[in-house]
Amino acid sequence: MNGEQTAAWIRRAAEVVAADADRLTRLDAAIGDGDHGLNLDRGFTAAVAALPEGAPPGKTLIAAGRAIVSKTGGASGPLYGTALRRAGKALGDAEDVDAAALGAALRAALEGVQELGQAVEGDKTMVDALTPAVAAYEAAVPGGDIAACARAAADAAEKGAEATVPMQARKGRASYLGARSVGHLDPGAASTVLILRALSDVTEGK
Amino acid sequence: MVGIVVISHSRTLAEGVAELARTLGVGKARVEPAGGAADGGLGTSIELVERAVAAVDEGDGVVLLADLGSSVLTAKLFIEDDESGTVVLADAPLVEGAVAAASMAAAEMDLATVVAAAEDAYSHRKV
Repeated sequence: MNGEQTAAWIRRAAEVVAADADRLTRLDAAIGDGDHGLNLDRGFTAAVAALPEGAPPGKTLIAAGRAIVSKTGGASGPLYGTALRRAGKALGDAEDVDAAALGAALRAALEGVQELGQAVEGDKTMVDALTPAVAAYEAAVPGGDIAACARAAADAAEKGAEATVPMQARKGRASYLGARSVGHLDPGAASTVLILRALSDVTEGK
Repeated sequence: MVGIVVISHSRTLAEGVAELARTLGVGKARVEPAGGAADGGLGTSIELVERAVAAVDEGDGVVLLADLGSSVLTAKLFIEDDESGTVVLADAPLVEGAVAAASMAAAEMDLATVVAAAEDAYSHRKV
């Protein structure tokens, strides 16, 4: 994956977040403060505007992450911003990254999110989508190209997100609801699926 | 003097807590609010945090107090990016922590003492 394809991923992610902003906001209104779609749409719109011309994948992700941190407004800003910045740092200055390098970057993104938010699997957060996604990606690396790995990641993220429905939230705004958070899809897990599906679609040439 | 920054989702809450800390605290502390999103609505803005830290930083360190959720994450992220190494997030209740920190800071105590005072505010029970 080169810099242009990396930028295409961010642009696609911005498109799908914008298209699904109302759904994300509805999910968040059920168990949070009802601004997830709006915030993430604003963050990714800023990320697209900040994409540098002709930069390698690492720098591209760092620029996008920085814009998301400063423009998003909710908790998803620091979290997704950290994810993209950590991924970008892991990729370094390479002009073209292979499946294994992108896998290591996704692992770094997950670690960054967990370090900042202190969430573990089962807390009903984006970590419940991202953790199985990174594991599935890594499992597909031997013999798999980026598109195959990314598809495995997006599929696993989707299953992970669905698994948040019966969970009781232990992190984030939803945790204040206690047992009333049960029965709802976590909006952060839902947006993680969108962003990884965007990676899968772009790398498959869709 | 150690500086104090109050981070909240709400501009008016951050301003109110900063005002309380300046006036209820013993002595004249440097307390700046960083409240709301950049557009003034509810939310948090790392740029507002940057500006508030710059406004209170005299070189003796800065204590951040945050309300919840993204305020805490934004504070942590700011510290991760900060190269001075003298900005600390206090694990403290917002109002009591800000007042306690302001009193200690105004007394020219060092950064660790100001942070400890803010964090000790958790032990002041009301009932």
